[in-house]
Amino acid sequence: MTTVPEVYDKHFKPESSPSNWEVWSWFFMRISGIVLLFLVMGHMAIMHVFGEGVERIDFEFVAKRWDGVFWRTYDFLLLALSMLHGANGARMVIEDHFRKAGWRAVLKTSLYALTFIFFALGSIVIFTFDASQMPGGG
Amino acid sequence: MWSWIFHRGSGLAVLGFLFLHILDTSLVGLGPEHYNKFVKLYQGPIFRPLEVLLMAFVIFHSLNGVRILIVDFWPKGARYQQQLTRGVGLLTLALFLPAAFFMLRPLFVS
Repeated sequence: MTTVPEVYDKHFKPESSPSNWEVWSWFFMRISGIVLLFLVMGHMAIMHVFGEGVERIDFEFVAKRWDGVFWRTYDFLLLALSMLHGANGARMVIEDHFRKAGWRAVLKTSLYALTFIFFALGSIVIFTFDASQMPGGG
Repeated sequence: MWSWIFHRGSGLAVLGFLFLHILDTSLVGLGPEHYNKFVKLYQGPIFRPLEVLLMAFVIFHSLNGVRILIVDFWPKGARYQQQLTRGVGLLTLALFLPAAFFMLRPLFVS
């Protein structure tokens, strides 16, 4: 049975320490995690538990919610932090479980591309949505 | 070890739903007809249990994240890791059960 110190000695040089970037990534996960805790719990409580939950959600509900600046800001913050937190978490999972350089490159490139596309799509929707421009809306 | 596995699993699952959720919300940009059609699916009996599962994942991931914060930033945190893990499990249940009740009730009472 291999012990943790044995694995550590085999794979880490004594003088090595985590890169600056990796330390920031560690810190970011904790800070964004605290903020997300409140944003996500609030979002889930409003959308799924209280006030009839998902029953009442339709186009009109979203249009009313996004009529002001507050919920657009809330939702954008939620989008940005959850995407970055989630993508960074998935990156760590890839780096932990895939040892071959080829697989890592393919998976990480796809992850970053997907994250970018969905982040862009979500941001565009939050910032450009205008109910009065919709057929049958507003 | 199980906390670590569940944390990863729930995190990846929530991220997967996040991608889907961005797609469905972007339907508001196409007008009420498309958006309302999709949201009806979420309210139906197929998606509802999956939303309850999502709720469980989100609650566990949040509370286990708090446990990680405590272990990382409180010098004595690691000493209480067993109690903390038990606390995460109990609190997850305490928050999840009432939430699941409210989420599933509309399927049975109309």
